[in-house]
Amino acid sequence: MSEPLFIVSKDDWSLHRKGYQDQSRHQEKVREAVKQNLPDLISEENIIMSSGKHIVKIPIRSLDEYRFRYNFQKSKHVGQGDGDSQVGDVLGTDAEEGAKGQDGGAGDQAGVDYYETEISLEELESMLFEELELPNLQEKDKQQMESKDIRFNDIRKKGIMSNIDKKRTILENLKRNARDGHPEIEGITPDDLRFKTWEEIVLPHSNALIIAMMDTSGSMGAFEKYIARSFFFWMTRFLRKKYDQVEILFIAHHTEAKEVTEEEFFHKGESGGTICSSAYQKALEIIDHRYPPNNYNIYPFHFSDGDNLTSDNERCVRLIDQLLQRCNMFGYGEVNQYNRTSTLMSAYRHITHPQFYHSIIHEKKEVYKALKSFFGKEKVG
Amino acid sequence: MSRDEIKELECSIDEIKEIASGFGLDFYPMRFEICPADIIYTFGAYGMPTRFSHWSFGKAFHRMKTQYDLGLSKIYELVINSDPCYAFLLDGNSLIQNKLIVAHVLAHNDFFKNNARFMNTNRNMVESMAASAERIREYEMKYGRLEVERFIDAALAIQEHIDPSLVKTFTRHLDDLEVEQNTRQGTGKNTPMRVTDYDDLWVLDKPAEKAINEPERHRFPPEPQKDLMWFIQEHSRKLKDWQRDIMTVLRDEMLYFWPQMETKIMNEGWASYWHIRILREMDLTPEETIEFAKLNASVVQPSQYSLNPYYLGLKIYEDIEKRWDNPTEEEMTRFHRKPGEGRAKIFEVREFELDTSFLRNYLNKQLMEELDLYVFQKQGAEWKITDKSWENVRDELVYSRVNGGFPYLLVEDGDYLHNGELYIRHAYEGVELDLKYLERSLPYVQQLWGKTVHLETVIEGKPVVFAFDGKQHSRKFL
Repeated sequence: MSEPLFIVSKDDWSLHRKGYQDQSRHQEKVREAVKQNLPDLISEENIIMSSGKHIVKIPIRSLDEYRFRYNFQKSKHVGQGDGDSQVGDVLGTDAEEGAKGQDGGAGDQAGVDYYETEISLEELESMLFEELELPNLQEKDKQQMESKDIRFNDIRKKGIMSNIDKKRTILENLKRNARDGHPEIEGITPDDLRFKTWEEIVLPHSNALIIAMMDTSGSMGAFEKYIARSFFFWMTRFLRKKYDQVEILFIAHHTEAKEVTEEEFFHKGESGGTICSSAYQKALEIIDHRYPPNNYNIYPFHFSDGDNLTSDNERCVRLIDQLLQRCNMFGYGEVNQYNRTSTLMSAYRHITHPQFYHSIIHEKKEVYKALKSFFGKEKVG
Repeated sequence: MSRDEIKELECSIDEIKEIASGFGLDFYPMRFEICPADIIYTFGAYGMPTRFSHWSFGKAFHRMKTQYDLGLSKIYELVINSDPCYAFLLDGNSLIQNKLIVAHVLAHNDFFKNNARFMNTNRNMVESMAASAERIREYEMKYGRLEVERFIDAALAIQEHIDPSLVKTFTRHLDDLEVEQNTRQGTGKNTPMRVTDYDDLWVLDKPAEKAINEPERHRFPPEPQKDLMWFIQEHSRKLKDWQRDIMTVLRDEMLYFWPQMETKIMNEGWASYWHIRILREMDLTPEETIEFAKLNASVVQPSQYSLNPYYLGLKIYEDIEKRWDNPTEEEMTRFHRKPGEGRAKIFEVREFELDTSFLRNYLNKQLMEELDLYVFQKQGAEWKITDKSWENVRDELVYSRVNGGFPYLLVEDGDYLHNGELYIRHAYEGVELDLKYLERSLPYVQQLWGKTVHLETVIEGKPVVFAFDGKQHSRKFL
């Protein structure tokens, strides 16, 4: 018999997972690429400005497959009109030079390699925070550090009704009835009731206090404030996500320092001259009044453009020394876009205390470097 | 799809096959397989159900599948050029959708079987690809997944640079060499021995005497070589056996896909032409007729930014048929064309042409105006229609199809600077290369070749050579 000329069949394809497997390999590679681009990504404006209140989707270009190809932007293409097209007709406009292939009208030929994949803020965070931790965290005085938790670990005949253990109660009832010769569930008496009870357990925690200090003087321009706020934005998110017991205080200063709310810290602008020591003085006061170093791991961070009243620098060094006696570390971040010589930094260079860290930020993506140098698992000096 | 529905589909296929054969279509036996969407999209992304694994296919799959999930696009069928010919139908297609698709697929099958560009196609590619995929999997086990992936990344970057000529060019050099040697041995001197009176004519076909006498520097390759894949796989000193094997696999697969890329407009046009003709012969219910019309309209819908090959191809075949059915007085006297030969003519066209010659020979002024085709390009931030003169539009269209739409590269020297470096020249014909992509691709070639790689092209009218030595890029104007 000759072979039939056609066959229709329907198989079970559920084991054919190749597409999905290679898809996840692609996503894995995208994640690797994202990781390599963390410095750029975390200084994206749209993330910082959202205050982290809602989820932001960040477009990440998926991995390109490089090959020799024509410059799409510079070549001629053929299209088709609906009958009355004229030379000079505009088909579309590219919103941003070379940014998007599709919607500008570059057509689907170039669009193929340009589609974007997205990553949520949460994913980005988890990648970033993997690499960060609070340094020199120490066990502090039990009284403050411990927090209480409860654990159900005993069964008793007395208790409150909301804690009744139904299964055991029924078992007791069954047993009792069985002893009486009729094995069934019937007539539950107070004697059958069993209750779960709990005991209080104490979970050790390390309390931490973060003091975020930011220069809001007139010399802090938009870029400087943006950098400082980006740093503190990621810092607060990171700390809150990773640690249960962490308090964050915000101090804004120009010539005077004051404790402000988080909202004010991130959104209010100020002006005037600069006396950095005012912030350190304020921090010391707060620590001495409210946060005994015996009970707290304390981390002050200060961001400035380094443009301090020159006569104040020495005082700053002295106060930092006092702070370091009370704190686990002190972090100074200087936003210095044009590589100026700052007198404040010149003074700080001589601080040799092992818990003093500084980071100089010239451009947006160095926010990442600062985070790593303050919170990195492997310290970058 | 239930057993009954499959029965019903089988009856329709029987009928469609009868009609198609009646029209003179000539196809391989068919295997229809009904698949869920993710399987169809897997095949679409890989080009073949049995192909090897690579993240780039996963990326394509993800994109296509997402578009399907969002209702943006839909593949109803996928057909594979093999004997027997496989077609995959989307589970959930209605009967009328399947009728259209079956008719469409039969015409593809006929095209695969009869178009000259498919003459050398391996018709067992399903099995070949499965075997290659298995071998590559073994390499992954043996040499590590990342190592193999890294190599495939590099090889894929040049996969389009093969020589798909129907007649292999490599053999010619060997023949030349033999002729040359015979000539010298035969005479003892450098003059050929005459056996017949016409022998001096044959000499004219041979390399000039001068070339033999003057010890010209030994060229390697003897002539510029278009097949970069082949050249590297044969001559790179860096490749290990398994790597050469993978290059062979990629090259063979590209050779298999190449005729499909070269005949996209013809092939889709042919299939569209026939699904319409075949469905017209069938007894459709009014509902089916409407659904068919809708579906057909969506398949052959024109597009502003790129040409719909289904539509363009269909229109050209219809135009050829019309013109050969009703030749003008002039055509009858000058070309001895007789009326009513339209059908025969399109069968001839489907056999001998490929997209470039199809467009060059049959896209005429009248049709161009009817289709309202234009050239558009970027001016400032705007994409503007810049030309509507029919010859220019036709020429642009033809250029865009030359070499599958890929830049034409030639290996000029495999021992550049007498240092084993690779010198590649882009046969520049007016369109510049994407420089970012060029600079990202050169390292791949360098990785495969093992020594510095140079690429000559033209920017802003000036010849320029890009090079990558394994560590850094350089660029110099000539």
